[in-house]
Amino acid sequence: MEVASCRLAQSERVFCTMRRVRLIARLDIKGPNLIKGIHLEGLRVIGSPNEHALKYYHQGADELIYMDCVASLYGRNSLEEIIQNAAKDVFVPMTVGGGIRSVEDATNLLRCGADKVAVNTAAVANPQLIRGISQRFGSQCMVLSIEAKQACPGKWEVYTDNGRERTGLDVIDWVKKGIDLGAGEILLTSVDREGTRKGFDIPLIQAVTREISVPVIASGGMGKTEDMIDAVREGKVDAIAMADILHYERATIDDIRSVAVSADIEVRGFEYA
Amino acid sequence: MPEVAVIDYGLGNLLSVRRGLEHCGATVTVTSDPDTILSAPRVVLPGVGAFAHGMAELRSRGLDTIVRKVAAQGSILLGICLGMQMLLDESEEFGKTKGLGIIPGRVVSISPTTGNGFSQKIPHIGWNKLVLPRGFVNWEGSLLQEVSPGESVYFVHSFMAVPNNPKYRIANCLYGEASVPATIARDNIYGCQFHPEKSGEIGLKILHSFLSL
Repeated sequence: MEVASCRLAQSERVFCTMRRVRLIARLDIKGPNLIKGIHLEGLRVIGSPNEHALKYYHQGADELIYMDCVASLYGRNSLEEIIQNAAKDVFVPMTVGGGIRSVEDATNLLRCGADKVAVNTAAVANPQLIRGISQRFGSQCMVLSIEAKQACPGKWEVYTDNGRERTGLDVIDWVKKGIDLGAGEILLTSVDREGTRKGFDIPLIQAVTREISVPVIASGGMGKTEDMIDAVREGKVDAIAMADILHYERATIDDIRSVAVSADIEVRGFEYA
Repeated sequence: MPEVAVIDYGLGNLLSVRRGLEHCGATVTVTSDPDTILSAPRVVLPGVGAFAHGMAELRSRGLDTIVRKVAAQGSILLGICLGMQMLLDESEEFGKTKGLGIIPGRVVSISPTTGNGFSQKIPHIGWNKLVLPRGFVNWEGSLLQEVSPGESVYFVHSFMAVPNNPKYRIANCLYGEASVPATIARDNIYGCQFHPEKSGEIGLKILHSFLSL
């Protein structure tokens, strides 16, 4: 009896705090190409960013995330043209990251049709950039992108430059600091799981969502449609970013939505004919 | 082709608004020129960001007076997100700031807890359903005439625009236990808290209706 009522209370809590989960297509970009790597490395060309963006928009992606993979390495941003093109036909929110080093960089991308900017490397080097962007455009616009690698059980370290450089920062400490500075959303990429199809790093996600109240997007490791259920139920994430599973057509966004619905996870009803 | 002036005051995702309207067949001018704005039959006041900053940018260009004139002369005016919030009298975001005072009401924070005490995340980011307020049977003849109750649109905001007169709330969305004004309307003046230009095909239907009002 005791156990049963406890379970009920738990499920009620889940019901009350669980929100509609966003299904996000993530497009990693190198130069003019959509690419995909493993652990953010060993990049393979998938094809045209715009064709894929349109495909995922019409499949009913709730948002798109564009990440310029080599921008911080070469100190440039090649995304503006790609975003401008996408904005002609894609009418869902677009988050753009990679190589944003100043409020001015962010301004330019927003002018090109981006709705939010994701900042990682430059924010680690200069945390005040987070404050600068959130004060100028609002915290909803400032996504803190975190590339996390496990340091030891229960501890994760922040990496920059697309998983190449160690920072010595603890993920949880950095997330909290980022939110204090004005980050309105966290894009949490597990470098360990990225491109591996092994499922999301649930302990990492839990460690983050337990500590903070801003929305968290889980990225890295979605191998099969069911992986999203764990990220939502156990990880309590607000959104799922998907790349490999969509690019290699192992599932469509429709498939993933169906799995979510059958698992009682609320997603956007999709109304296209 | 229907002509639309989108007000450029240095804030907001102007390109997305423009593309959305063009997709629906409009000829769009993105402008901060008072004469162009006043002569357009349809005007969009977009906006992303903080209320005080938005008002300051409008005022510094003398556009606060122009938007009031647009409303008074009967052009169809649509405020989007911050653009909707600024139509009201004042906001409590970062202390009190005066708005345009076109529709009586206040901009207040969304409650961080649900009615039964659970905390909820602020800002409210994501897709949410449009629902009919009590007393409304449908959205015929309004900005939402092509939308069915229960269809979803995209929201990103921490504050909500609450008109003093509840009859100006033509659509709400539910966030936790909070009822958030999603669309307001009074005569020729409309406001959407969500982003129609980012709400997929449903959003495009709303922009399409805006062009036929």
